[in-house]
Amino acid sequence: MLRLEPRPEPSRAMQALTPLAAVLLTLLLGGLLFAALGKDPVAAMRVIFVDPLLDGYSRTELLVKGTPLVLIALGLSFGFRAGVWNIGAEGQFIMGALAAGAVALAFHDVPGLWLLPLMALAGILAGLGWALIPAILKTRFNASEILVSLMLVYVAEQFLIAMVSGPLRDPQGFNFPLSRNFHDSALLPLVLEGSRVHLGVPVTLIAVALAAFVSRRHLFGFRSRLLGEAPRAAAFAGVEAGRMTVICLALSGAAAGLAGMFEAAGPAGQLAPSLPVGYGFTAIIVAFLGRLDPLGILLAGAVMALTYVGGEQAQYVLGIPAAANETFRGMLLFALLAVNLLVHYRLRLVRRAR
Amino acid sequence: MSLLTIEGLTKDYPGVRANDGVSLSIAPGEIHALLGENGAGKSTLVKMIYGLVRPDAGRMTLDGRPYAPAGPAAARAAGIAMVFQHFSLFEALSVAENIALGLGPATPMRGLARRIAEVSAAYGLPLDPDRAVGTLSAGERQRVEIVRCLLQGPRLLIMDEPTSVLTPGEVETLFATLRRLAAEGVAVLYISHKLEEIRALCDRATILRGGRVVATCDPRTQTARSLAEMMVGAVLAPPARAGRAGTRTLLELRGLTLPAPGRFGTPLSDISLTLREGEILGIGGVAGNGQEELLAALSGERRAGPGQILLAGTDIGPLGPEARRGLGLCTAPEERLGHAAAPDMTLVENALISGLVRMRLARAGIIRWGAAAEFARAIVAAFDVRCAGVDHAARSLSGGNLQKFVIGREILQRPAVLAVNQPSWGVDAAAAAAIRRALVDLAASGTGVLVISQDLDELMEISTGFAALVGGRLSAVRSTAGLTVDEIGLMLGGAAEGGDDAAA
Repeated sequence: MLRLEPRPEPSRAMQALTPLAAVLLTLLLGGLLFAALGKDPVAAMRVIFVDPLLDGYSRTELLVKGTPLVLIALGLSFGFRAGVWNIGAEGQFIMGALAAGAVALAFHDVPGLWLLPLMALAGILAGLGWALIPAILKTRFNASEILVSLMLVYVAEQFLIAMVSGPLRDPQGFNFPLSRNFHDSALLPLVLEGSRVHLGVPVTLIAVALAAFVSRRHLFGFRSRLLGEAPRAAAFAGVEAGRMTVICLALSGAAAGLAGMFEAAGPAGQLAPSLPVGYGFTAIIVAFLGRLDPLGILLAGAVMALTYVGGEQAQYVLGIPAAANETFRGMLLFALLAVNLLVHYRLRLVRRAR
Repeated sequence: MSLLTIEGLTKDYPGVRANDGVSLSIAPGEIHALLGENGAGKSTLVKMIYGLVRPDAGRMTLDGRPYAPAGPAAARAAGIAMVFQHFSLFEALSVAENIALGLGPATPMRGLARRIAEVSAAYGLPLDPDRAVGTLSAGERQRVEIVRCLLQGPRLLIMDEPTSVLTPGEVETLFATLRRLAAEGVAVLYISHKLEEIRALCDRATILRGGRVVATCDPRTQTARSLAEMMVGAVLAPPARAGRAGTRTLLELRGLTLPAPGRFGTPLSDISLTLREGEILGIGGVAGNGQEELLAALSGERRAGPGQILLAGTDIGPLGPEARRGLGLCTAPEERLGHAAAPDMTLVENALISGLVRMRLARAGIIRWGAAAEFARAIVAAFDVRCAGVDHAARSLSGGNLQKFVIGREILQRPAVLAVNQPSWGVDAAAAAAIRRALVDLAASGTGVLVISQDLDELMEISTGFAALVGGRLSAVRSTAGLTVDEIGLMLGGAAEGGDDAAA
């Protein structure tokens, strides 16, 4: 019989190497998956993980795809450390994009530097407000924030479709459920010519630095960690769990909402049902792959962006189905959980006494 | 003639030899004490006897035949039973169901209730087989465990710290039961920290230190002091009792009333007391009678109604932990790991948990890690906390050392009032003495100290006043001087409602 036994003191080196081991394990399992689909696994891995790094345009695309992942994961990481499980960042992302897009469409053809900040504010408030729903239900009625935030994702998705099919639909759009293209002053300026790298990329890098400072030096970072590691010690210290729950959900909602605004006013440039591509869910994996540390999240976001950029290429170069790419990303989370378990526990073969 | 003989038992764990050539023998009808500090190897030894751990070397003989149990079931079959310090009972099941579970799958429920009633009557252990265990007191739960053992007809009964959860009256009942068992020829191996009990109950004592047998003696011919010195291997200096209580009132509880925090918690009802500068007020009582709830009400983890808690005249009832610390009220909860300290955080981070406000460890929300590390090192130095460094996790410290850290963390903040719950619970004699001495010194410097403890010897040793907390109610406060054990027993039994004559 196999039994899991806790290790007395998990080694720090092993903990630090967990993400790397998980990525390697995912490569192995992904290779098996692609081989089972009749594709050459080595070629698939090269297309996904190496080719995007060799091509200039693909490298800039890594920044574009990585930005929402990193920004959302940063927001989630504080809550995850505190034991507040916001699984619905995807919904907050959608609401942020929708609110920012609504502002952009309301002031269509109105020039002005104030428009982008107003859109950002709308996006942040919409994401924050959407995240406050599980926060209030949690603190008032002890409803699981995991379920409430997750289910609100589907509400947000349907709401987006309803909006772009109705009030926000392009009047000249032949009844397609799409908004009109945003006017220039509602589009994020590009920071790299000939690419899609927009202003949101440097803003996200600043957010990484800020989050790193808060998590290492600020009381909020300490208190969120304390609450997650030892809730009773946190109460003894004077940390109020209810207040922290609300703050953590609000913070992650705001970050996801801002990421939604970046996406709408950046690469998308309009509102469409196809706007959400699962960044909010993938960011959960990014947060854990980065060990909930802002700098780790930056690295993890880069790796995960590779699977998006490279995965798309693998779709048309090798004909690997999109679903296989998503399965591949999911495998990373499983690998991470498995490796993490083995760092904290060891497997022992035991013969039953008696 | 000996029932169980142990020769040269040795057990190694990584990095430590828990038992090193331990030999002892237990005769039928003997009550044999096993004494030693935490980590002396007592539990390893009894685990080997009970078949939970296999020795690396040495041998045991039972009735002259080799005895090497493969597991607890084999030990029970050989006639050895054990009552653990921590009960393994299901609260939602009845007494009879719990006992049936412990006896194994082949136990018929039919007739079991009658057998339980017979055994419990025969040994003076009153128990209702149909009651749910969740409604029983700690003493009654222990009876369930003992009856479970007795139903197996044991010849050797091992008891691990059995009195730590009992009131003096319950202790007497237990002792009567054990003496009756011994008279019938059952041998008892009795593990305890409480030296007075051992002197009252046991015929022989084996003392362990560092995994070796350092002495065997007749405890009735020893003093508690000499037994403690054999355990520790050093001469112990008793702490000087707190000298003078001042006149200034520091902490006042006025009719403190709080509902129970959960399903198994205790409500606090109408608790009133006054604590003056330099005073050490001892609050006795068995855990589960509102001790934890009282400390949470003092620390600010639970808020009290307005006017119920006053600190130097200021109403602090509605304030949270940080505000109360700022005003000079520090506390140390009972549970070290997980409540007073975060197990996986470093000592520096743990210093920050309660030292933030008074030690000014943050400015404008930015943590001063350097100052926090300095504070942690100051605690380690001042209270002789043995650790590999302040960057190591709290979990890596032994219980006694972590307790010294937790108490030291509050004392070094120079609070106006310090409230502690079970300051020396599960701590070895040397660390307990150090903690008591520190509390006495703190009171001598003018701090008002409130000590909640189950250990009456401890309270009698250091406190100037005594009150009993029973069922969430506090008795009137009596001066410790001249208080007899019988009077304390009455207070703990809840019979001393007449606070009036005590005040007279």
